[in-house]
Amino acid sequence: MDALKKVPVREQEPAVRACNFEEVCLGYNKEEAMEEAKRCINCKNAQCIKGCPVAINIPAFIEQIKEGNIEEAYQIISQDSSLPAVCGRVCPQESQCEGKCIRGIKGEPISIGKLERFVADWAGENNIKPEGAKEKKNKKVAVIGSGPAGLTCAGDLAKMGYDVTIFEALHEAGGVLVYGIPEFRLPKEKVVQKEIDNVKSLGVKIETDVVVGKSVTIDELMEEEGFEAVFIGSGAGLPKFMGIPGEQANGVFSANEYLTRSNLMKAFREDSTTPIMRGKKVAVVGGGNVAMDAARTALRLGGEVHIVYRRSEEELPARVEEVHHAKEEGIIFDLLTNPVEILADENGWVNGIKCIRMELGEPDESGRRRPVAVSGSEFVIEADMVIMSLGTSPNPLISSTTEGLEVNKWKCIIADEEYGKTTKEGVYAGGDAVTGAATVILAMGAGKAGAKGIDTYLSGKQE
Amino acid sequence: MFQILETRELADNIYLMVVEAKRVAKSCAPGQFVIVRMDQEGERIPLTICDYDRVSGSVTIVFQGVGAETKRMAAMKVGDAFHDFVGPLGCASELVSEDKETLKKKKILFVAGGVGTAPVYPQVKWLHENGVQADVIVGAKTKDMLILEEEMKKVAGNLYVTTDDGSYGRSGMVTQTIQDLVEKEGKQYDVCIAIGPMIMMKFVCRLTEQLHIPTVVSLNPIMVDGTGMCGACRVTVGGEVKFACVDGPEFDGHKVDFDQAMKRQQMYKTEEGRELLRFQEGSTHHGGCGNCGGDK
Repeated sequence: MDALKKVPVREQEPAVRACNFEEVCLGYNKEEAMEEAKRCINCKNAQCIKGCPVAINIPAFIEQIKEGNIEEAYQIISQDSSLPAVCGRVCPQESQCEGKCIRGIKGEPISIGKLERFVADWAGENNIKPEGAKEKKNKKVAVIGSGPAGLTCAGDLAKMGYDVTIFEALHEAGGVLVYGIPEFRLPKEKVVQKEIDNVKSLGVKIETDVVVGKSVTIDELMEEEGFEAVFIGSGAGLPKFMGIPGEQANGVFSANEYLTRSNLMKAFREDSTTPIMRGKKVAVVGGGNVAMDAARTALRLGGEVHIVYRRSEEELPARVEEVHHAKEEGIIFDLLTNPVEILADENGWVNGIKCIRMELGEPDESGRRRPVAVSGSEFVIEADMVIMSLGTSPNPLISSTTEGLEVNKWKCIIADEEYGKTTKEGVYAGGDAVTGAATVILAMGAGKAGAKGIDTYLSGKQE
Repeated sequence: MFQILETRELADNIYLMVVEAKRVAKSCAPGQFVIVRMDQEGERIPLTICDYDRVSGSVTIVFQGVGAETKRMAAMKVGDAFHDFVGPLGCASELVSEDKETLKKKKILFVAGGVGTAPVYPQVKWLHENGVQADVIVGAKTKDMLILEEEMKKVAGNLYVTTDDGSYGRSGMVTQTIQDLVEKEGKQYDVCIAIGPMIMMKFVCRLTEQLHIPTVVSLNPIMVDGTGMCGACRVTVGGEVKFACVDGPEFDGHKVDFDQAMKRQQMYKTEEGRELLRFQEGSTHHGGCGNCGGDK
């Protein structure tokens, strides 16, 4: 065995998986995990922990895997993470824990993500639950949203003994884990549902079909329903469009809509009652993880799929692994290309996108080289379906109905990083509602901070 | 789960259900809507709120059995329950937040078409309870399709019923009645609220623009989540893109791009049609729609 290299992880063949919704990555088995764990040199001053937004004691759990003590490894992880099976799959480890791994200086870093995933899946298969609170505190906390931020905050508070209720606007708990990330990257029943059940096993209640700001306000929760503190983890919000002509044509969707139909409503299944368009030639505009998810979904639903992105490959915001998987499956990348108009037929259906070629100019405020249009370079891409994946803008439902809750100029809720404290007493917030669209793990980090903030606040109140 | 407390077939294929939904009943206002899902496998269906009772915690919905899902829903009975019943969604009617005294001086005309009578009802009722008498035109294809006439009579100032085929009340489209009221019967209106099929709203708006009556319409485009997340319900109003679920469902009718909105409503017609065939033909469905695969 080459100690400089990761134990390879088994994956479905690209040609096979391009036609199904089964998980792409098959993960390690126990032998592979133990072998990979042996590569860890158990640094005293472990850099990987510093790279983890929820500061999991990574060397400690890997030590347990070396010995084959998977249950112990699981309990170490679950001290800091409520969703290890999710994180092991969707965290950008290359820029976090694995990015800091000493092994990575010369050779490949330890495959921390795949080890975490193995431990969490093993615990799920063997019905091992996280350890709950020893003592109950008689205090009610409301958590708004059951995505990664909300679940983490709720899980942490429940472990501290609080009486936690999560309010979810949709009919199913999980937030972006359920409506956004596709089955082939994050299986819903096997992984997401199990993680939610684990959070519930800690005593957390989940009330679905409650749109806070509409069904009930934060003030009502606190004044009439006895919640002493509230955590807002309501997520990203409204999809952005480009504002170009023809965008309202039939066959133009936001990535949110397309993915929600496929993931939450299961429209990818033949027996689903929710319709979804199966485009033959699909253009996905954008280059982030959501764009990759939408593209790979459209591919599996039978289309030839193009990613249309205005910068070059180097600037693609998506994870390297996602871009790699997308390419393997046959997604075509039309880079340095920017749509200027959506073309439609006489019945209002999309039949093409007029694009313009771009070239990279001087770096902009984000540090990336600014794309500049090449004049006179317009051309048409044929397409019967267009998916806009350009990010989101905050949802005003909560901020507009909560007195004293301030937002910044981007309409994101203002909250401090350390404790998620907002401008309203007893109200904490974190995740995309505060930062704008980001990652699952950053939202979890914010959920953790919020739980710490709420605990500090309520402990102080008692005295 | 949300228990069904009462069901009634108001007309051929038009159903009323009273559903226990405490949070919605407590916080809803006229003009808002809910999204229902009958079971684990069900589609999310947006429906306007027809009535609500804050004391008993119930909400009344009215729907027409048009697609596979609503036909399946129509078979639900008292004691059955909706798996999901979420709301209230969208903004309340502007009337609700207007100054009551100003409102009392206003001459208001409601124009309801078909199932659109259901969302008009709570607005007229709310006005009636607040001492404002509004005129209401209710249009139906034919006498047997007319709904909520008795209920509306109790709360409306003047109620004008018209049927397309002249089988009951006045004869002709709602636009004919508006024209007759204003041009022949000397009626004046400060505002018109029109709710019904998209095509009706379009023509009402075209007429009221000529008559210089500001007009509000309530749109019911395709939507998934109803909270602003999916953007399926986007409509162009005065050249700007709006999301009906969070910015509406009520908009200035003279600014709505109805032609675009109507095209967008057709988006899933083929797929919905296939689903309906599959439902109607049940176990005898063998791919007759030519597309679903069937068990050939």
